[in-house]
Amino acid sequence: MKTETKKIVAKTGNEAAAYAMKQINPDVVAAYPITPSTEIIQIFSKYVADGEVDTEFIPVESEHSAISVCIGASTGGARVMTATSSQGLALMHEILYIASSFRLPIVMIVGNRALSGPINIHCDHSDTMGSRDSGWIQIYCENANEVYHTIINAVKISEKVNLPCMVMMDGFIVTHGMENVLILEDEEVREFLGKREPLYSILDLKNPITVGPLALYDYYMEHKRSQVDAILKSKKIISDVFEEYNRKFGLSIPSFIEEYFLDDAEIAVIAMSSASGTLKEAVDLLREKGERVGILRLKITRPFPYEILRKKLENLKVVGVMDRAETFSTMGGPVSIEVKAALYSLIKRPLIQSFVFGLGGREFSLEDAIKVFDILKKINKENKLEEEFIYIGLRE
Amino acid sequence: MKKILSLKELSERNTGLTSGHRACSGCAFPSIIKMVVASSDYPVVISNATGCLEVVSTIYPYSAWNVPWIHVAFENAAAVISGVESAYKVLKKKGLIPENEKINFIVIGGDGGTYDIGLQALSGAIERGHNFLYVLYDNQAYMNTGVQRSSATPFGANTTTSPVGKKMPGKIQHRKDIIEIIAAHEIPYVAQASPSHFGDLIKKVRRAFEIEGPKFIAVISPCVPGWGYNESETVELARLAVETCFWPLYEIDQGVYRVNYKPKEKLPVKEWLLKQDRFSHLKNREDLIEEIQKKVDEKWERLLRLDGQKIF
Ligand SMILES: Cc1ncc(C[n+]2csc(CCOP(=O)(O)OP(=O)(O)O)c2C)c(N)n1
Repeated sequence: MKTETKKIVAKTGNEAAAYAMKQINPDVVAAYPITPSTEIIQIFSKYVADGEVDTEFIPVESEHSAISVCIGASTGGARVMTATSSQGLALMHEILYIASSFRLPIVMIVGNRALSGPINIHCDHSDTMGSRDSGWIQIYCENANEVYHTIINAVKISEKVNLPCMVMMDGFIVTHGMENVLILEDEEVREFLGKREPLYSILDLKNPITVGPLALYDYYMEHKRSQVDAILKSKKIISDVFEEYNRKFGLSIPSFIEEYFLDDAEIAVIAMSSASGTLKEAVDLLREKGERVGILRLKITRPFPYEILRKKLENLKVVGVMDRAETFSTMGGPVSIEVKAALYSLIKRPLIQSFVFGLGGREFSLEDAIKVFDILKKINKENKLEEEFIYIGLRE
Repeated sequence: MKKILSLKELSERNTGLTSGHRACSGCAFPSIIKMVVASSDYPVVISNATGCLEVVSTIYPYSAWNVPWIHVAFENAAAVISGVESAYKVLKKKGLIPENEKINFIVIGGDGGTYDIGLQALSGAIERGHNFLYVLYDNQAYMNTGVQRSSATPFGANTTTSPVGKKMPGKIQHRKDIIEIIAAHEIPYVAQASPSHFGDLIKKVRRAFEIEGPKFIAVISPCVPGWGYNESETVELARLAVETCFWPLYEIDQGVYRVNYKPKEKLPVKEWLLKQDRFSHLKNREDLIEEIQKKVDEKWERLLRLDGQKIF
């Protein structure tokens, strides 16, 4: 561990992401601009222009082509990255499934942004929630520092399990907010990652392979099942990689979840990304008043860490789940539905209240966070849920 | 200019596509692909768009390809090759691929995957200047999904989405001119070829491989079920398309137009049309045949005017 070489710098989420990319020095980057992640690629373009990386940068004509280029390059054995948001991710949707079924490591940084319509450039998670079943690993970061470190880990995880990986940060809140980021040395990053060892390569002329064939009812299902095996295997690899990283660099970057006063809590909130910061502040205030409240920050949603959730939430009385996306199922947001499913098999399980908040960048204030806990306390007292889901911060 | 290969020499080369593919008997594209791959003096890597060729050649767990081959989706074959070619470039730069190794990158797409849904990715890849040869096999409809019209489908053709009905005489629009669209990108080499004139086709492919950057060759690919003719007449139909000047053989090499073949006697387009079921309803529609003939004549005369001229 070379703690003495560590530097703290001020960076926005986008800058931190671009800086991680520079240190990773990927072989190929293909991208198309979209707010709020545009800057990542702008900054990276300058690194390319200044010769600070040896990356082949492919400024494509659409996100659909960006991910297609990534697939082509990754199939050729290259280390590949891209970034996008919202409509861009939606345009890639068709191809996301193909990337994961090819078992290709590709790291995509996503600045979370609402989907049209109405068109909106601000943060919510409807974009990445829309692609949660595409076979990619999905990691949601709380702040710029975590974005930086998680991207580096994502490259290693992705290449070890041969699955693509999305690293998320909240649009504008994190992409454009300046924060302290603790950075490593270039050599530390490169040594940690080593070289990519591809499963196969289309550029291997001695062993010509057919990639992306037609498989009908006689084989399709086996292909899907084997993808599930990879994602099952990824759980241990994800934990191991973060552990190795933290050990090596003396850090404590969480992998699947982060706990905040969860141990002795009676009531907890499951939150993701930047909103958990606001909720942690609310917890601090409530803890001062002696209330047993806590936070479980869910960082990885694919694979879904249901085993951890069962263990951590089993003894709680009431759990609120914060969703920054709609499902239109009339059952609330996507994460709340998955949390309910995860806990269903418990004999004794908490009451679960779904909250939808922050859509299209709607402010989530400290008062809102306190209100969430007030609602949960009332549920706890009355021992019953009244509404299937509750919108927080909605205009009256 | 590289040495011209004899048929004997070609027949001894790897054609990429082996036996065991499941293309319809009489399908033109297996021969087209084999001529293209055999024309390469270097190993090839192929990116293929969704369509008949992809479907018939790779039914898992079998593959009829003995060269590296990738299919990702319908509209992105050109973007995929951009990625493969970029990986090749950067890995070579980093010393992970031997300096002296040369690969010819090829994209193969049908007319739907080229004129329609894939046009954007193709235009983007060409504009960025990736080094690949795009081979369009033009069977003039979406054959894989059951003969729906594409923007390459000729005026008057009966397809399942431009059917002949009481009011409509088949497709009511003329074809999109893909060669001119690609040429407008000012790329080094664009050509139109036919499997019936295989010497010309091979020459064009070999010329294309000599050039660094994006190249494009459109090849007419008669389709037995889509066009409706006897499976033994594939080459004859391709030949008639050329002899009637419906499908002239020409190239735009470094901006210079060249008509590669002038029929001794330009046959009336009717001779090509009425050999196919998809145009059989035109038998009693002299007016429509005249309209098709007029369009063919205009295009042919334009080509003759442009022959020898530099357009960029
Ligand atoms: C996005 C998308 N839309 C539609 C399809 C269905 N589809 C598969 S192949 C095809 C037509 C292919 O036509 P063409 O490119 O002309 O090739 P051909 O089948 O004639 O060889 C269509 C519409 C698809 N695979 N992907």
